[in-house]
Amino acid sequence: MKKLLELFLIFAKVGVMTFGGGYAMLPILQREVVENKGWATEEELMDYFAIGQCTPGVIAVNTATFIGQKNKGVAGAILATLGVVFPSLVIISLLAGVIEAFSHIIWVQNAFGGIRVCVCVLILNAVVKLLKKAVVDIPTGMIFAAVALCSILLPVSPIVFVLIAAVTGIILKAIGGKKQ
Amino acid sequence: MTYLLLFWEFFKTGLFAIGGGMATIPFLYDLSDKTGWFTRNDLANMIAVGESTPGPIGVNMATYVGFVTGMKDGGVLTAILGAVTATIGLITPSLIIVLIVAMMLKSFRDNEYVNNAFYGLRPASTGLIAAAGFTVVCSTLFYSDIWAQGNLLSAFNWKGIVLAIVLWLLTNVVKPTKKLHPIVFIGISALVGIMLQMK
Repeated sequence: MKKLLELFLIFAKVGVMTFGGGYAMLPILQREVVENKGWATEEELMDYFAIGQCTPGVIAVNTATFIGQKNKGVAGAILATLGVVFPSLVIISLLAGVIEAFSHIIWVQNAFGGIRVCVCVLILNAVVKLLKKAVVDIPTGMIFAAVALCSILLPVSPIVFVLIAAVTGIILKAIGGKKQ
Repeated sequence: MTYLLLFWEFFKTGLFAIGGGMATIPFLYDLSDKTGWFTRNDLANMIAVGESTPGPIGVNMATYVGFVTGMKDGGVLTAILGAVTATIGLITPSLIIVLIVAMMLKSFRDNEYVNNAFYGLRPASTGLIAAAGFTVVCSTLFYSDIWAQGNLLSAFNWKGIVLAIVLWLLTNVVKPTKKLHPIVFIGISALVGIMLQMK
């Protein structure tokens, strides 16, 4: 019981200290989970992180679930995961309430006018970073271009593209494998 | 009923968004178009808030969208209910899938089909984010009433375009500022937006 509470609290702490994406979480996890608590080894953490990237969902949540599961089974997984999202729930709810209340003020609107420009650049930077990892040859380049273009032009759910891309990956590799 | 739908939509997002928080963005744009719970401009604001507050971006976005959607239903209590519903919806698929994967850790990582699927999934997920980025750029830097105004030059958000170029240089080229946290640039942009009265 005590350990379950501890899982929740430590991951809540990790959630508070993570600014931005999943990668920002790694050094904090190394300190809290590996060095302070000994809940996982350095290698295990890297493994969880790698798998967390290639399982659906938010990387931070996936990693928390792994470590919780390893230490306290299903209950541990649930509590570690709830811990990592708990700070977001509190902070964003407070902030969203405040922003909604002040959104009619002109300078708040102006501030967000500037911020939206920044969001454009941040997304562009994220795409460039992901491209370097995702596009490794001509076929992956073509998948990227086709999905980007179709997604802009066609009113189709992203789910469709994800499913087609997974199947395409398996087929492409199967064809490529036979040639070798 | 809205809450059930909210849960279901975020459940799907959690299930199909692959590769971290930014990957949820295309799903949220789709949701905005489909339901009208929030506008595309709202969404760009949410991305900024999600980036500049503690917590994983994907979770922050889900909480924010849930909060705003619930807010429409009455008040603060329904807003919090919405925030919790969306967040739980987002993490439920992760929880289930990771629990299954954790039980067969080694075989999952070494599985040929899993690896091959991800060979196709990674560029597709990046393509989706790029498309969402294109949408944000269009709605932020160009005005949609491009033809109504008759004047092509007034269709561009010039202040925004200049700011975007400066920000790109600061985040990619200028050495001392390259490594700074996004929150710094979001803060600067907010100030510039106020000073130049950007819309």
